[in-house]
Amino acid sequence: MTMISHILAANSLLTAFAAVGILMWVSGAISKYLTFGRIHGSAIAIMLGLVLAFFGGIATGGEKGVADLPALTGIGLMGGAMLRDFAIVATAFEVDVVHARKAGAIGAVALGLGTVVPFILGVFVAAAFGYTDAISMTTIGAGAVTYIVGPVTGAAIGASSPVIALSIATGVFKAVIVMIGTPFVAKMIGLNNPRSAMVFGGLMGTVSGVSGGLAATDRRLVPYGALTATFHTGLGCLVAPSILYFAVRAITGG
Amino acid sequence: MTVSGVALLSICTLLGVFLGDLLGIALGVKANVGGVGIAMMFLIAARLWLVRRGLLSHGLKTGVEFWGSFYIPIVVAMAAQQNVVAAAKGGPIVVIAGIGAVAVCFAMVALIGRLSGRVETMDEIEAREALEATVPHFKSGRIG
Repeated sequence: MTMISHILAANSLLTAFAAVGILMWVSGAISKYLTFGRIHGSAIAIMLGLVLAFFGGIATGGEKGVADLPALTGIGLMGGAMLRDFAIVATAFEVDVVHARKAGAIGAVALGLGTVVPFILGVFVAAAFGYTDAISMTTIGAGAVTYIVGPVTGAAIGASSPVIALSIATGVFKAVIVMIGTPFVAKMIGLNNPRSAMVFGGLMGTVSGVSGGLAATDRRLVPYGALTATFHTGLGCLVAPSILYFAVRAITGG
Repeated sequence: MTVSGVALLSICTLLGVFLGDLLGIALGVKANVGGVGIAMMFLIAARLWLVRRGLLSHGLKTGVEFWGSFYIPIVVAMAAQQNVVAAAKGGPIVVIAGIGAVAVCFAMVALIGRLSGRVETMDEIEAREALEATVPHFKSGRIG
């Protein structure tokens, strides 16, 4: 037993790959068999990650979730700033500028609103819950944009781990509501044509939320929604730790 | 070569983070300002340039796309190492901010849809395309 834990600890990054892989596999199975594909496997995996971090934190009394367990220190490297930025930048490679033009002006308007409006709402909610410093308010606001923009912003401007965890949880919760709620409101918000799907993708942002929600509504709409949604994370990562942070800081004064 | 893709991605990321730090210093904040976003723009520009020159090899694409496909697992790992115990004390904030953001965005989808006028629905497009597909069939005799 000690030998196994020694091997796991000595190859910590490989252990992390294996652990996250198993977690994603389990989440995929939960998504398929328990929610019938309604909730995306990736959203379940992130929720499970947060749940494990909760129990890891209770078990070790530390601040770094499961990464405080000796065998799982590799999770800290895998989910650390370096690899996270690296992987997120890589997703931009799939952005096709020709397709981006197709989304056109209305997609751009939706993207802009989809970033700023949830952000403002998140900032106000944070303020209502007693967060008065610009860094925490910005991070929670960014979490209301997507679960990627939140932690990227928080790490860039130096937010504390509990605040980053809150912003991830907010973003994941948002993605899950989008996935579950979209089919129910689709008729009401006129979600039956490619253009409204593009507006929807730009406004909602979370790719997993949008693709999951649209797939449950009308499979043919998925590519249109995903097209604008893919720009959302990049835009959020660009403006949240910069323009939006400065705006919040200017208003709160610190 | 696969490593050229990984190297390209690394260079773009490093440049972006560097410029983000510089921007932070220039603006007088101890933060990386938009580094990831800047790096993404470098990568998009690099891709355009490579495609135009015909230099976008399969290996290069593999090197970048592998890491792109890795971002959800990395986000899972990131979630697993947060201080959730401390965050759980702030519980309701997650629910309120999440529901609020979705509700407002749903409303705006409806609003933009109404303001921009009526467009063909997916069903109508498919009906029209099906009709168009059958028309040339009647006109042109099959050759060969």
